[in-house]
Parts: sequence; C-alpha cells; structure tokens
Amino acid sequence: MTNSVEIKNLDLQFGAVKVLQDLNLDIGKGEFLVLLGSSGCGKSTLLNCIAGLLDVSGGQIHINGTNVTWAEPSERGIGMVFQSYALYPQMTVEGNLSFGLKNAKLPKSEIESRVKRASEILQIEPLLKRKPAALSGGQRQRVAIGRALVRDVDVFLFDEPLSNLDAKLRADLRVEIKRLHHSLQNTMIYVTHDQIEAMTLADRIAIMRGGQIMQLGSPDEIYGRPVNKYVADFIGSPSMNFLEGKIKDGAFHVGDLAIPLADYAFADGAPNNLDATIGIRPEHVVTGELVGNAAYQVDVEVSLIEPTGSDTLVDCTVAGNHFRVRMDGQSRVSVGQKLRIGINPSMASLFDLKSELRL
Amino acid sequence: MADTTSQTFTGPHGPKPTKAFSRRNIFLYGTLLVVTLYYALPLYIMIVTSLKGMPEIRLGNIFAPPLEVTFEPWVKAWSEACTGLTCDGLSTGFWNSVRITIPSVILSIIIASVNGYALANWKFKGANVFFTILIFGAFIPYQVMLYPIVIMLREIGLYGSLTGLVIVHTVFGMPILTLLFRNYFSSLPEELFKAARVDGAGFWGIYFRIMVPMSLPIFTVAMILQVTGIWNDFLFGVVYTGPDSYPMTVSLNNIVNSTQGVKEYNVNMAATIITGLVPLTIYFVSGKLFVRGIAAGAVKG
Repeated sequence: MTNSVEIKNLDLQFGAVKVLQDLNLDIGKGEFLVLLGSSGCGKSTLLNCIAGLLDVSGGQIHINGTNVTWAEPSERGIGMVFQSYALYPQMTVEGNLSFGLKNAKLPKSEIESRVKRASEILQIEPLLKRKPAALSGGQRQRVAIGRALVRDVDVFLFDEPLSNLDAKLRADLRVEIKRLHHSLQNTMIYVTHDQIEAMTLADRIAIMRGGQIMQLGSPDEIYGRPVNKYVADFIGSPSMNFLEGKIKDGAFHVGDLAIPLADYAFADGAPNNLDATIGIRPEHVVTGELVGNAAYQVDVEVSLIEPTGSDTLVDCTVAGNHFRVRMDGQSRVSVGQKLRIGINPSMASLFDLKSELRL
Repeated sequence: MADTTSQTFTGPHGPKPTKAFSRRNIFLYGTLLVVTLYYALPLYIMIVTSLKGMPEIRLGNIFAPPLEVTFEPWVKAWSEACTGLTCDGLSTGFWNSVRITIPSVILSIIIASVNGYALANWKFKGANVFFTILIFGAFIPYQVMLYPIVIMLREIGLYGSLTGLVIVHTVFGMPILTLLFRNYFSSLPEELFKAARVDGAGFWGIYFRIMVPMSLPIFTVAMILQVTGIWNDFLFGVVYTGPDSYPMTVSLNNIVNSTQGVKEYNVNMAATIITGLVPLTIYFVSGKLFVRGIAAGAVKG
C-alpha cells in the first residue's frame, strides 16, 4: 500500500451546482501535496470532503487503504489545521490540544505525553496554560498545528493555514511546516492560493479550476511545462507574457516578427498553419551580454520600470503587445531607452489558440 | 527642511479647544433633557405618591414631594390590599409569578438554544422548512390560539394550573428565541465547529463544550427577553390560571381596578412599582454581561 489517500470519481453538488466533478487523485505516503487555485475553484471543498466535513454526492475516498467515504471526521485518521486557527476560546492551550484526545477517551498519561511531545516539537511549552486570546497570530497557528499533531495521525490537512498571518511570519511558519514534514514524514495535503507557498512546500501541486484538476505535477513541471494557458498564466510572478500569432514553416509569426521554433519540444510534432499563443516568462528573457546567445533577438523601447530591489521589471512592447522583462536589480535602464532582448523558444510554452492546450 | 518646521509651530497646535456652550451642545443636551423628563416624570409621580398618606394626596399637588414620608402604602400593597374577596395584597401573586417565570424561562431557553444550534450547525434534512414554519408561528396573533389552547390544556388536565401556563409560555417563546439562538450560533466561526468535529466531539459534546461557553451574551439576552415578557404577561395569566394561581400582573389589575371603597392612589402606585421591580432588577444586573466580549481569540484577533 503506497497510497495514503485515494480519491476516486469524486462528485459533489450543491443543488444544481456541481462543485467537484469526477475527481480522481492519488496521494502517496509521506507526500506533500498542495491544492492550488484561485478562490472558488473547489480546493477547500475537496479538502473538506477528505476531512469528512462535507458529504460527497458520488465517488469514494480511501485513507490508508480504508474506505472512509461515509466515516465521521474523527474516524478517518486525519488532523486538520484551519485558516482562522479555530482554537476553542474558552480553553487553555493545553485544553485545546487535549480536547480531541479526551473525546477519544485516551488514558490520562497518554494524553499528557502526547501534549508534551507536540508542544516540544512546536516550542509552545511556555504557552500551555494560556488562553488563545493571549497568544499572537503565529503562536495561535502553532497551537492549531499542535492540535493536529497530538492526534498522531498519518494525514494532515491544511486549509490555507498561513493566509491570516503577516508576510514575515508567513515565511517563517512556511519553513517550519516544511521542516515538520521532513521530520514527521506524514502525508500532508495543503490548500492555498499562494503560489510561493505551493512551489516551496510541495512534492506535487494540483492546480484546480472549476472543480477539476487542471494539472498535477511537481513544481518544476507546473512551472516549466504548464499543460494549458490557464496554468501558465496562474503560475509565476510576474505572470507570463502571451503573444498571439501563427505557427508557420517552423516559426512563430506575430506581427512582423518570426520566432524560430527549432528548439521547441512539441508534444506531437510541429503543426503548420495553426493559430497559437506563445508564452514567455519575464525571467526567461535575456538581456545584456547574453543576448548574443539567444535564438531570437528583438529591439524594444523601455516604457516603464519597476525596481523591486533584487530584480527590475521592465515593461516594453513586442509586436504591439505589452511585454515584461525581468532584469537584474543592478542593471541600469531608463524609460525611453532602446533595449535588445533575446528569447529562447526552448524555454517558452506554445498553446493552441482555440483549445488553449499545450502544443 | 529644518527651517520650515520652526515656522509651522506658530500656528495651531496641540488639542483643539472646544466650546462648552456651542449651538450643537445646547441642542443636543436640551433634547436629551426634555426626553429624560418626559420619561422620568411619571416614575417620579408614582414614587412620590406612593410615599404619601391619603389626606396628603387629597390636597391635589401631585408634583409636590411628600410632607410626611410613609411606607404604609407599600406594606399594604404587598400584604393587605384586597383583590376581590381575598385581602393578602400582591404577595400571593408575586410567588405565583416566580413559580411561573423561573421554569418557563429555563425551559424555553434550553429548548430554543438546542433548536437554534441544530438549525445553525447541523444542516439536517428539512431544516429550512422547519425553521420557516417556526418563524411563521411568530406572526400568528395570540388571540387566534387562545381558545384552542384552553381546550388542549383542559384535555390533558392542566387547565387552570401553573404547569399549564409554564407550557404555554415555553411554546410561545420558541419562535423568537430559536431565531435568536440560530442567528447567534450562525455568527460563530464555522471552523470552530469543524475543528470540534475533527476532534471527535458529537452533537451534545459540541453544544456543551464549545457552543454554550461562547454564548453567554446571547443567553443573557434571551433571559432578559423571557423574564420581562413572562413577568409582564397578563393575557395568558388571566386566561389559563385560576384565582389561586393568578400571576402578579393579574393581582395588580385586581387591586387597581377594584371598584369598592376609596381609590387608594398611594397603594396602587406602590403595587405598580413592586410589580415592575423584577424586570427592572434583571436589566440592571445583567446589563454588564450584555456587552462582554464574545469569541475573543477564537479567530484572527
């Protein structure tokens, strides 16, 4: 049994609205899977189904080889961490951690040792006697993670656990969750709309849209070989540049430009005479001395500069389309300056204009 | 830059001065004063009159403070005033009212809070239909149900007893209280409920361990509503109980409206104040609980 969680043909509908449609997903033991998507894509709904907090309309859910489709949340062998922490306000931290164990009628010594172990791992021992109101946001989320930890389960479910924290804390806790995963080797399913969280944490990412999984793959695959235009646009910040044109005679024609596609790895051979979109990430555009090595070069005029410190984002126009280039933060450019940029089609993505699928 | 800062310091600085007698203040406090007098004057007259003897009342100065303070009307109102044939004042009615109000309040709040919790958190089949019917019940005029309930109570042998009235009060409190609790429980973060389910708490576990401890304010509101409503009730009291078990409001009516002998205004005033004292006390005592923080620290604070 290598799969920890298996989801088979899962359907969920509220009245006439289909929230999840024929969804299949296998999650390996010890895998960190991130469900990523914009709001309303069904990612949290899927997580709630796995947790048993929502009744499914069709299909099955297996956890650790057991069919848990109809099981109560507490019987599924899962622990869950919520966005709003959801700590019980009238109980101390200790009470929060032990609530589930008391419900399970575990012996007192066992409860104590589990609470102790979890609070050691998360470094919240000094807080055990406090009420949630007396904790900071980061501490509260640690306690919430601890509440999942004491349950001693194989599968952890995270529902946007870092969304309520400020940027710095978010980065810290992100690292901590990753470290926790390394040391515990649990299966973790993590819902987020933050692609940085997804890219940094995940073994595999499932990009969701409209209740379906668009693409399931490693962060590298998702970033480098997006299966359709939606995924390509969704992943990456700043987002990908898209130019609409035509593939003809081994080159991509847009306006007066013809970008040679000899280096591009087509999935099913190069089409001819096909309307298509080329997607080029701002960070894959080369400038400066490296331009000479690029497969295709074009001169542009700088229209806007956004310095971010480490990088400088440069806006320009390519064949009448708005185009962004990411340059080194040290590079000196000014508005109105002429710039030679280089494009490597091997790093780009081509999509059918109609179906928006990767070519 | 350094030069400009010294220049700006000659202009206004520090707290802005306020005028005590601005037009706005005169209007504001003037209105408040008039409204306060409007409400306080009747109470003043009641208190003053209840402390006067009958000869002094006959002088006719109803605004004048008592020349000779006497508590005799209060004693008489409590224990000696005649209601029809019996002459034991309000005391019997008071204890009847206590015996009606306490069980009715407790029973209705317990049932309504569980109703509201089930409706808000456990979206069982038919929940919306059930809720709609319940709310619809709140709009049916009491008069329509008055006589059918008399028959129902008679059939189960509770007509004319305190128990019957308690049941009636509990049932009639249901729609508004259920609505109150349902809305409150719906406003609590749903993730708390989910977390408790993952932690293995059941229907009653979540209710007693999670929901009730977070709901002190709404229980207070419900208690105030019910105590005042049931204590001040006259119609149900006079219809569903007998002369031995009349609540205080009915006794008060009988004292004030008795047509024999001299109209003792001081006793009537004292009796009225005594009757109103219970809801008044409830307001003062529980006012503080009213404004207490609710789910502090449960979610992002």
